[in-house]
Amino acid sequence: MSLDLPATLAKSTGCRDTPVLKERGQREVFCGLTGIIWLHRKMQDAFFLVVGSRTCAHLLQAAAGVMIFAEPRFGTAILEEKDLAGLADANAELDREVQRLLSRRPDIKQLFLVGSCPSEVIKLDLARAAERLSGLHSPHVRVYNYSGSGIETTFTQGEDACLAAMVPTLASTTARELLVVGALPDVVEDQCLALLSAMGIGPVRMLPARRSGDLPAVGANTVFALVQPFLNDTHAALTRRGATHIAAPFPFGEAGTTAWLRAVATEFGVDDATFDRVTAAPRARALKAIATQSAELVGKSVFFFPDSQLEIPLARFLTRECGMTAIEIGTPYLHDAIHGPDLDLIAKGPTISEGQDVEKQLDRQHAANPDLTVCGLGLANPLEAKGHTTKWAIELVFTPVHFYEQAGDLAGLFSRPLRRKALLQAGANA
Amino acid sequence: MKLTLWTYEGPPHVGAMRVATGMKGLHYVLHAPQGDTYADLLFTMIERRNHRPPVTYTTFQARDLGGDTANLFKDAARDAYARFQPEAMIVGASCTAELIQDDPGGLTEALGLPIPVIPLDLPSYQRKENFGADETFHQIVRHLAKPMPRTANITCNILGATALGFRHRDDVAEVTKLLSLMGITVNVAAPLDARPSDIARMGQAHFNVLLYPETGEGAARQLERTCNQPWTKTVPLGVGATRDFLHEVAALTGLSPTVDESALRLPWWSASVDSTYLTGKRVFIFGDATHAIAAARIAATEIGFQVVGMGCFNREFARPMRAAAKAHGIEALITDDYLEVEAEIERLQPELILGTQMERHIGKRLGIPCAVISSPVHVQDFPARYSPQMGFEGANVIFDTWIHPLVMGLEEHLLTMFREDFEFHDAAGPSHHGAKAVARVEPEDAGGFTPPAPPVGYLETENAKSGAAPAAEPFWADAAERELKKIPFFVRGKAKRNTEKYAADRGVTEINVETLYEAKAHYAR
Repeated sequence: MSLDLPATLAKSTGCRDTPVLKERGQREVFCGLTGIIWLHRKMQDAFFLVVGSRTCAHLLQAAAGVMIFAEPRFGTAILEEKDLAGLADANAELDREVQRLLSRRPDIKQLFLVGSCPSEVIKLDLARAAERLSGLHSPHVRVYNYSGSGIETTFTQGEDACLAAMVPTLASTTARELLVVGALPDVVEDQCLALLSAMGIGPVRMLPARRSGDLPAVGANTVFALVQPFLNDTHAALTRRGATHIAAPFPFGEAGTTAWLRAVATEFGVDDATFDRVTAAPRARALKAIATQSAELVGKSVFFFPDSQLEIPLARFLTRECGMTAIEIGTPYLHDAIHGPDLDLIAKGPTISEGQDVEKQLDRQHAANPDLTVCGLGLANPLEAKGHTTKWAIELVFTPVHFYEQAGDLAGLFSRPLRRKALLQAGANA
Repeated sequence: MKLTLWTYEGPPHVGAMRVATGMKGLHYVLHAPQGDTYADLLFTMIERRNHRPPVTYTTFQARDLGGDTANLFKDAARDAYARFQPEAMIVGASCTAELIQDDPGGLTEALGLPIPVIPLDLPSYQRKENFGADETFHQIVRHLAKPMPRTANITCNILGATALGFRHRDDVAEVTKLLSLMGITVNVAAPLDARPSDIARMGQAHFNVLLYPETGEGAARQLERTCNQPWTKTVPLGVGATRDFLHEVAALTGLSPTVDESALRLPWWSASVDSTYLTGKRVFIFGDATHAIAAARIAATEIGFQVVGMGCFNREFARPMRAAAKAHGIEALITDDYLEVEAEIERLQPELILGTQMERHIGKRLGIPCAVISSPVHVQDFPARYSPQMGFEGANVIFDTWIHPLVMGLEEHLLTMFREDFEFHDAAGPSHHGAKAVARVEPEDAGGFTPPAPPVGYLETENAKSGAAPAAEPFWADAAERELKKIPFFVRGKAKRNTEKYAADRGVTEINVETLYEAKAHYAR
């Protein structure tokens, strides 16, 4: 299952040219505010202040699984009736709440004002508020703003909006440096850096950085690689700063990771011998782990509801590396520049859908009766109750799944529901 | 604007969803942006429901705002009717849709659907989840329930149970059993498991049993007005309240309040010798007003705790909460600010917290055991087993639930005797959480001589956190600090606070081992 196909062959067999089924209707997707749940743990001196309604506060709480953290580095400034009456008032209130917050948490160095549906609709100007507050609290605190609202963003787009908001403020550099873009669990980030460093690529900068002091600089000689497939706006913002994108499949599974590393290595002129020396052992481990985990997956069909924008690279992983067949691959948004390399590697056949009309999609899913359905939390138990086997999409975002050492775990996330179903059926028939 | 880290209640449209999801044959069309669909997972994941909430969201986006969101709503309502064929529909707006001022009620009326359509007016920027549930149920009853002849046998309706309620499923079953012991049949229990057609025949019951005032009082008052049905004021939480409830029902019906109590174990469990250790344990209570008030009565009179603090997050019930607190000789804490509750618990250093999932979390942070008595809820509040809170079986369940987080009587004695046990020390973690005990490394200076530098430990961090000038605080001598650490962690906070107060009151600046034990004797009961 090599990815080293001639480009022409890949083009002719892949899904890149497949007409996309575009749907507009009820969506069962989190809004972009949810990105805060992982970003506030990733950026250790940052605080995320949602300017929104009680619903936003409730969403974050529900999405975080009801109180995982005693002192979360996020909060909601809840708009009340009096804030809706006059905007000048709302700005003064915001300044006061930010003041309270910063005096309570002197360790905060980066403050993100996060726009929500209600703050967008009443046109509360958070960009100006961020500028004003930056002036008030600099140099100690840098204040950014972005929108995580459900009328603008879905789920993982929140991270994209957040990172894109940081790009214009990054320092300039003329150094030829690799920038790896997208939040990864620390352990995975370290593995990624170790692989790159073993090939002699470096220094490597990360966005987001764990601390504000480690923020990367960017310029015309910067080349960047994305590790998350939902970073469209960040991609555009970096391109505007003159940086160059290294297009590649995403580092999911053995083949995906190899292709991603290969693209970076080629850019930095790493010779084949070095590349093979560095990747041989982890590749072999990953292949072995995937083989163990994917025994249940071979020959099975999978249906993706749109959720995290990870669907296309994951479908590539499941179809090419785990022997599955995709029936429908739904994604909230499709970006050719980012998803193209993975689409090229998915064999023609599945429906590619963008957006959602959940009732119609449930009808299609029901008719197709796939062996495995990948969907959000609102749909999983109801589908299970109807006899379908599901994989909650949320775990794909909240579990380390990138790069070689996680390839087996990633396959395991999909095989475990099937294995569980088989165990319970065996128990029921015993 | 109000800064919040965690919130006790969701927005009012989530309250409406709790009613809609609890019922059958009802559909909710909600004008809302896509992010609001998160609320589905409260029901499918936290409550583990096997079906999606009966809610259709319009899922409008930014680009729709300049255009025609009203038509988006009409299409969604029409499609929802065609697909789900409900007996009745409720329509409303979430916080964002409220701002764009489409009129869901009027828009649906224009569609001329052949079913009752009930518009909801839930002001998102003023009210919260419980209000939303209460008002939604009230409106459903107002639109559908009509006066009608009473049933021949004595029947009642049970009001207030919703989806995502704290043990509502089992409470309804338990109270139904209790009423049947008196010879009373339940006509309709609603909203949980009722259909719109059931709501329509609520008028034939003789009276109403209100289990959850937070979510059912509006409906109870409505039915009293239109169907002339009286309603019970006592919520049967705990032994005393259950008996009071039976007497109240007896007064309404003329039936005997005496029922078989042979399954009731709480009073004897409380009286048994093993429970002696529960005497006067200092307890802090916080939750919705109904559960918190009932919990205070149970704690004080049925288990023998000392209620040192109590309060609720729902201001609508501040008055009865204040009155109840007064009866326990304390001031009620009425707040929806999680940080205020945390500060109060930190100040009071209770030995047990009876609270919501929030207080469980506060307890975890402060090292104080906690039992959950009220929503907001978590997946663990929906146990597989039958586990009511109300009636006599509910009292039994409450005894077990509250006692469990406290160390059992004999175990506590052993811990006090051998509090330097090398396996059972603070850092080892609780044995029932699967943590592997790590043996304590004994300091080399155990022989008694003073270590060269004071260890940076508990007291230093406490001082640093409070930010108070160190000079103002009584200073703990090393030996006294070591002695303090030998005290079991669940009473250490109280011991430290008492000792410091004792020292401060007497102008003692350095606390030594003597001071610690003098304070212990002073505060001993």
